[in-house]
Amino acid sequence: MTSSSPPPKARSFSWRSKSFRNLVYQLTAVALVIALGAYLMHNTLQNMRLRGIQSGFDFIAQPAGFSIGESVVPFDSAESYGKAFLVGLSNTLRVAIIGVVLATLLGTLVGIGRLSHNFLLRTLCGAYVEVFRNVPLLLQLFIWYFVMTELLPPIETAMQPVAGVFFSKNGLQYPIPLWASGHWLTLAGLLAGGVGAWAWARAARSHLYATGLIRPVFWPGLGIVVAGGLLGWLVGGAPGGLDIPEKTELNVVGGGAVTPEFLTMLIGLTVYTASYIAEIVRGGIQAVPFGQHEAAAALGLSRRMEVRLVQMPQALRVIIPPLTSQYLNLTKNSSLAVAVGYPDLVSISNTSLNQTGRAIECIALVMACYLTLSLLTAAFMNAYNKRSLIKER
Amino acid sequence: MNQQTPIIEFKGVNKWFGEFHVLRDVDLSVARGERIVICGPSGSGKSTLIRCINRLEEHQQGELIVDGTELSDDLKAIEKVRKDVGMVFQQFNLFPHLTVLENLTLAPIWVGKLPKAEAEERAMQQLKRVRIAEQALKYPLQLSGGQQQRVAIARALCLTPKIMLFDEPTSALDPEMIQEVLDVMVELAGQGITMLCVTHEMSFAKAVANRVIFMDQGQIIEQAPPHEFFDNPKNERTRDFLSKILSH
Amino acid sequence: MTTPYPTPEAIHFEPIASRSPPRAARGLAAWLRSNLFDGWRNTLATLVVLALLALVLPHLLQWALVNAVFRPDNAACRAAAETGACWGVVAEKYRLILFGRYPYAEQWRPLLACTLLTGLLAASCYRPFWRRSLLLAWVVVVGAFFTLMLGGSFGLSAVETGRWGGFPLTLLLSTISLMLAFPLAVAVALGRQSRMPGIRTLCVLYVELIRGVPLISVLFMASFMFPLFMPQGTTIDVLLRVLVGMTLFTAAYLAEVVRGGLQALPKGQLEAAQSLGLSDWQATRMIVLPQALRLVVPAIMNTFIGAFKDTSLVTIVSLYDLTGALQLALGDADWRKFFLEGQLFVAAIYFVFCFAMSRYSQWIERHLNTGTRRQ
Repeated sequence: MTSSSPPPKARSFSWRSKSFRNLVYQLTAVALVIALGAYLMHNTLQNMRLRGIQSGFDFIAQPAGFSIGESVVPFDSAESYGKAFLVGLSNTLRVAIIGVVLATLLGTLVGIGRLSHNFLLRTLCGAYVEVFRNVPLLLQLFIWYFVMTELLPPIETAMQPVAGVFFSKNGLQYPIPLWASGHWLTLAGLLAGGVGAWAWARAARSHLYATGLIRPVFWPGLGIVVAGGLLGWLVGGAPGGLDIPEKTELNVVGGGAVTPEFLTMLIGLTVYTASYIAEIVRGGIQAVPFGQHEAAAALGLSRRMEVRLVQMPQALRVIIPPLTSQYLNLTKNSSLAVAVGYPDLVSISNTSLNQTGRAIECIALVMACYLTLSLLTAAFMNAYNKRSLIKER
Repeated sequence: MNQQTPIIEFKGVNKWFGEFHVLRDVDLSVARGERIVICGPSGSGKSTLIRCINRLEEHQQGELIVDGTELSDDLKAIEKVRKDVGMVFQQFNLFPHLTVLENLTLAPIWVGKLPKAEAEERAMQQLKRVRIAEQALKYPLQLSGGQQQRVAIARALCLTPKIMLFDEPTSALDPEMIQEVLDVMVELAGQGITMLCVTHEMSFAKAVANRVIFMDQGQIIEQAPPHEFFDNPKNERTRDFLSKILSH
Repeated sequence: MTTPYPTPEAIHFEPIASRSPPRAARGLAAWLRSNLFDGWRNTLATLVVLALLALVLPHLLQWALVNAVFRPDNAACRAAAETGACWGVVAEKYRLILFGRYPYAEQWRPLLACTLLTGLLAASCYRPFWRRSLLLAWVVVVGAFFTLMLGGSFGLSAVETGRWGGFPLTLLLSTISLMLAFPLAVAVALGRQSRMPGIRTLCVLYVELIRGVPLISVLFMASFMFPLFMPQGTTIDVLLRVLVGMTLFTAAYLAEVVRGGLQALPKGQLEAAQSLGLSDWQATRMIVLPQALRLVVPAIMNTFIGAFKDTSLVTIVSLYDLTGALQLALGDADWRKFFLEGQLFVAAIYFVFCFAMSRYSQWIERHLNTGTRRQ
């Protein structure tokens, strides 16, 4: 007589039953961890009581009492700790996002350069990767900081590589547009141009499928974006005002500025992470089997088409997972800012910790922020992996 | 082109890999519609010989003329030759990130300037020809080895080449799948296309070849129609080689 | 249909001897042509790079070698300040940089300790030495290391851990934290593979939590929170706190590496072991782990290189490792101007060690031929 579902599992409580043993192990392990946690918690509470340390997150609303060297939004010492943390987070994201973009560009170029036919280029790129990978990031940051703050000229004799751009111990000062409504329209125009370029690419693709003739995509697309921006600019009244830094006797006034601390972090992180990205890109390109190139060549595909249609899709699958973890590393490495005085999240948390004594809360906040970023990145990567998996049997 | 002029001509072709002299003074003429099987011990240069025909390898000395075009560094010449020459590899080399259909339509769309609909039609025709049309939307790694090689043959045929090159097409296959690929190749042979095949499958040579060529150490040692080649090899090295591969 | 070709009777077969390739394909000229001047893009690149080198290299050499001052002479250094490097700062401060605040007269002790440990590390790389006696050697050398550094016995004067610094501290932190992290990482990796959901969750939480935060947070946590965790009245050495923090951090990354090895091992191995009647524990200990670990030796090397570089972060929690000792040494107002030369010296030390280790890791990957993907 056949039954439609398997019979219920017989539960036995003897030591010889595997499932019973597993249950015992798990309960023991969890019990041990809970016991350890309770012991530590007990000690902590006792110690905190003895030392008169307050606990709780209420300090977030209290005024911070310190000012922050640089921030995207204005901040003064009367504002709350909560706002200070937000400023720190924004500084971290600022250096992380720009760093990620620059590091990817530089890393890709160096990675491709390592595979070049040209011996000089190959050696130079190889030397770059080996040097910057084998020296600790903190030391590199210290060196860049020393260069930025000791070896550059003082502001009275600032370097002027290009008209209107000043480079000195006080950082980099550069012309920025005097923001008018016309600039918003320019941005809108660029965005519209971007959409237009994408539409052009789609149209070219369907034209190819319909007739077999290839239409150029890159240059016309770029032209559309530029035209969009130009149009927006004209419609906005062609605002031309630039706030150009000017050199007075003892100072440089005006224009936009970035501090040497920010430059140190940006350059240090970019150069360091780019060396890792270069290796990832090189690995990805080399992971595509040589037979793929032979097959594409035998079919008559030009080198450009071969790279675009056959090699890049396969190389990207190998490159993207480690690349996202390098992006995460760059964000985590930005925490070294505390050593050079750049007010990032960890640095501000450190100051708050020292002032309020709320060590656990501050550290917990910082860890929560970084964990969130990590989990978001991991989720993105898993989604990408699922989508791009090469389907096998 | 005159029907009598050979479609492939090697004149005193020499090739070196570094210091290793892999092709030595090779002279060979292949007529239109001729089917040639090339055999020989490993390292004899037979794969290199056919790879020179579609310029996957470059020869350093001598002349190599394919369908009236001389092969040299001239990119236009190479382009023209690759349109007329199809190649099937030992390791299939299908593009794993594209479906079977996309593998076949890639070159006709991007090189052959065909509209997508026409390219797909042609692809389905070729898939039917190699009897694998039902797998059109699968990915290569979802197919067996024999099926993948047949797809590779169909992919090369999609550009309607005048010459088909086979570089040990069955060497990477499990024994039970060799026959299905050989059947396809025999059918192809019956349709008048010029074929050069490097293989150890002597049954195929006997069934289909006009000429069997034996190469050793970069030289063509002996060439003859199959029945003469197998029954009455003239050169000692040929006899030696045949005794090794025909004994099992 | 067929072209007339020489019939077998007509061929008079003559074996052709091997010849050398034509002039143009070999020698220096050929190499230059294919590597540097292969097409107009490459030629342009070569010329640009050569021009840049010609601009930069002479100045660099002048600064670093020709006009440089090698003697520890402050006045001479200042005199040559703009035009030449002051390598004299290295000659003057190298003991402070390399050994931190360890008492001057006793510095032979950290030197000996480091030599022993480095020697053992180098020996462990050599495959014929991978035997049980190696483990014994490790225990002995680590014991010797601590005895030498701490003193207080065998007639050596006691030196508190607060005065340890420089290279011995870097070596100590990276080696010991990796050693301690190893058993923890193996346990966590096995736990993550297990089918018991309770244990698996604990392990996953541990790994993801630690890997999601920067090392500096972990070090701060260790520094500030450990004293709170301990029963009141006990004080914990700063060095110990930092060591625990680094161990926990390294263990999380190492656990992922070991897990990679466990996953790369074919399932058939465990099945074969079980079919022979081995218990799960025996199979894991005798069959699975030895093979899995061998598979990931290159990745373990990379983790060690990472730990070696990461020890520089202890500078931020006021331990004076190699990087920190440099900050200490050059706090001196007289020599502060020549910080860059000092930094380059320390960078060179790190580079030599890390480069050697990464070359070794690549070599072993090729020779073992079984490395999983290199991070």
